[in-house]
Amino acid sequence: MPDRRDWPLFEVFVRSRRGLSHAHVGSLHAPDAQMALRNARDVYTRRQEGVSLWVVEAAAITASSPEEKDAFFDPAGDKIYRHPTFYDIPEGVEHL
Amino acid sequence: MYGNDFTAPQADGQDAVREGHEDFWRVVESDGRIEPRDEMPEDYRASLVRQIAQHAHSEIIGMQPEGEWISRAPSLRRKAILMAKVQDEAGHGLYLYAAAETLGVDRAELLDKLHSGKQKYSSIFNYPTLTWADIGTIGWLVDGAAIVNQVPLCRCSYGPYARAMIRVCKEESFHQRQGFEALYTLSHGTPEQKAMAQDAVDRWWWPSLMMFGPHDAESTHSEKSMAWGVKRFSNDELRQRFVDMTVPQAEALGLTLPDPDLRWNEERGHYDFGEIDFTELFEVIKGNGPCNQQRMARRRAAHEDGTWAREAAVAYAEKAQQHGRRTAVA
Repeated sequence: MPDRRDWPLFEVFVRSRRGLSHAHVGSLHAPDAQMALRNARDVYTRRQEGVSLWVVEAAAITASSPEEKDAFFDPAGDKIYRHPTFYDIPEGVEHL
Repeated sequence: MYGNDFTAPQADGQDAVREGHEDFWRVVESDGRIEPRDEMPEDYRASLVRQIAQHAHSEIIGMQPEGEWISRAPSLRRKAILMAKVQDEAGHGLYLYAAAETLGVDRAELLDKLHSGKQKYSSIFNYPTLTWADIGTIGWLVDGAAIVNQVPLCRCSYGPYARAMIRVCKEESFHQRQGFEALYTLSHGTPEQKAMAQDAVDRWWWPSLMMFGPHDAESTHSEKSMAWGVKRFSNDELRQRFVDMTVPQAEALGLTLPDPDLRWNEERGHYDFGEIDFTELFEVIKGNGPCNQQRMARRRAAHEDGTWAREAAVAYAEKAQQHGRRTAVA
């Protein structure tokens, strides 16, 4: 019988209302996903904070590494022409 | 509820080490947030684990003094409110254990440390709840003091702790208001009810002031915590803020606070108050409070008594998995 130490960690995501995406709210341990869902309901939506819940095993998430964040995200840094504010528009021209 | 992050005085005067960790200090000094897998000084990590764990332990031990009154609440309304509050405390404990786990510790390991006495919980829970008025007083004074302490933690430098505190603070304001309302009902009831309310306030006032910790000059972890952006205001500043906001509330209740030196100081723009007997606080922290042993025994028993539920959850999950496999084959 696996004890509590073996219960996987689940990350919990809540859609707070229709029209919004799910957002991460926290995590919890549970023996399986169904139980994680029930516990997440009790822990993270006691005051009607959500209309939909996702639980994802933390081990299933692949994340970018904080150590490589410069090399990983820097390529976007010098491409300011991707933003509308980069462009000069003559005065008086509207709807642009 | 609240985790006081202080211990009895000891030799620990080290300043936060500033060598190395350039990224860390750049983030902290620009009032940014450190996130779980960021590089951080080891003593920052260890100190946060200790503080968040102690805070989490306080939340779940804090269920005991109030839980004792669920079966004796004077009406169905009060019973429902108290159950919701005690359930919130369990939830707060979980948010905080989850925040601590992002620092590379295991919740089971933290619970072991609580059960073996290696980690502490807030000493405020080592006082007994003798009458129904204690429940109102805890909500008003103890949760009130907790809110004053916790609101600045919503901006602390460690992201997961700050986010947990935002949730906790939102829920605490219900705790404080329900306490004030329960106490107001008593203080405007029969003379016996009012006397019961006054007695509870007399017993909880000084322990509530002690929740802010020792005076700044004697506070062991303060300097480092300030440099790290974990602590934002000193113990004495927060205590003064609490006194200033509580005195007018006591007047609205028609109850007195048990301090003959409590008076408005026009010059300072604050209330002056009497000397706090910190020897009592340190005795309670050391384990000599009225309920230390009872709280720990109850916590260990609750954990052991819950073994069957944890085992049943695992058995159910295994069965569901086998059943799922069979249906998938069929």
